[in-house]
Amino acid sequence: MIVESLDGNAIAGQLFEVFGSEMTAVTGRCRFCGASSHLAELRVYMRAPGAVGRCPACMRVVLVLTSVHGNARLDASGFELSA
Amino acid sequence: MVELVDQTPRTKSLVLDVPDWKGHRAGQHVDVRLTAEDGYQAQRSYSIASGPEDDKLVLTVERLDDGEVSPYLVDVLQPGDELELRGPIGGYFVWEESLGGPLLLIAGGSGIVPFRAMLRHGIATGSDVPLRLLYSSRALDEVIYRDELREAGNANGVDIELTLTRDAPSDWNGRRGRIDEQMLDEVAWAPAEQPLIYACGPTGLVESVADTLVMAGHDQGRIRLERFGPTGT
Repeated sequence: MIVESLDGNAIAGQLFEVFGSEMTAVTGRCRFCGASSHLAELRVYMRAPGAVGRCPACMRVVLVLTSVHGNARLDASGFELSA
Repeated sequence: MVELVDQTPRTKSLVLDVPDWKGHRAGQHVDVRLTAEDGYQAQRSYSIASGPEDDKLVLTVERLDDGEVSPYLVDVLQPGDELELRGPIGGYFVWEESLGGPLLLIAGGSGIVPFRAMLRHGIATGSDVPLRLLYSSRALDEVIYRDELREAGNANGVDIELTLTRDAPSDWNGRRGRIDEQMLDEVAWAPAEQPLIYACGPTGLVESVADTLVMAGHDQGRIRLERFGPTGT
């Protein structure tokens, strides 16, 4: 099966739920390669349990979004959000 | 929902009257949540097809045969039924008149939906930003908003280019084949004119368009992409 990636626009709603504000236009830095990108530009894989976001430059996993009992949980430790 | 409008054999527009809608920007989407009697929930994101200046919210939904949400929205939902929405959502893939242009919009399949909102926004604000839309569909009967796009293309400063990738009628005088380097070269403004570029559609199309434009010398910072799941172009 070919798994096609989407992008950060596809998780805009869940990010809104976690942060309480619109996030796709927010930029951040990959902690692995240092590349800067908008959250909308992350490559996002929705077929994993939850969603996985990868840096568009180095393709390392920088963000994992899961839903536990209907509540979105985010681990974005690989992506340093701009203040 | 107040009205259902057939667009193509697989696509319908849902016209919604949303209480307390605070307005949206062209290119934003909403999440639609369906809840089954047993409590099972499924949620999908749909681009808003109406312009910010329109008085009703419109979503255009393509039925995916193995989908959990779209068959219900396209085949089951009736005027008078209620839907649970969250939104508007998104702040990256949006265009406002103040962002200027020239504006190049590139769509594959139902990737046309957010561009209808941008087109209507441009028209409603009396924008003088030049706009070109390149839209790839498999066949003429799969072209969403066909009449509306034809009419929009008559306006000054608006150029609508359709390309059909599978079946074109013998008298078709538009473009044929997939969007490629040559087609982009013919339709896009030169990099020196610094067009603002949006591409929306299936991942493969969006990525090949972006790669081709960057190779041609367009500024990556003026290209915004929105990829979505399986559909045809």
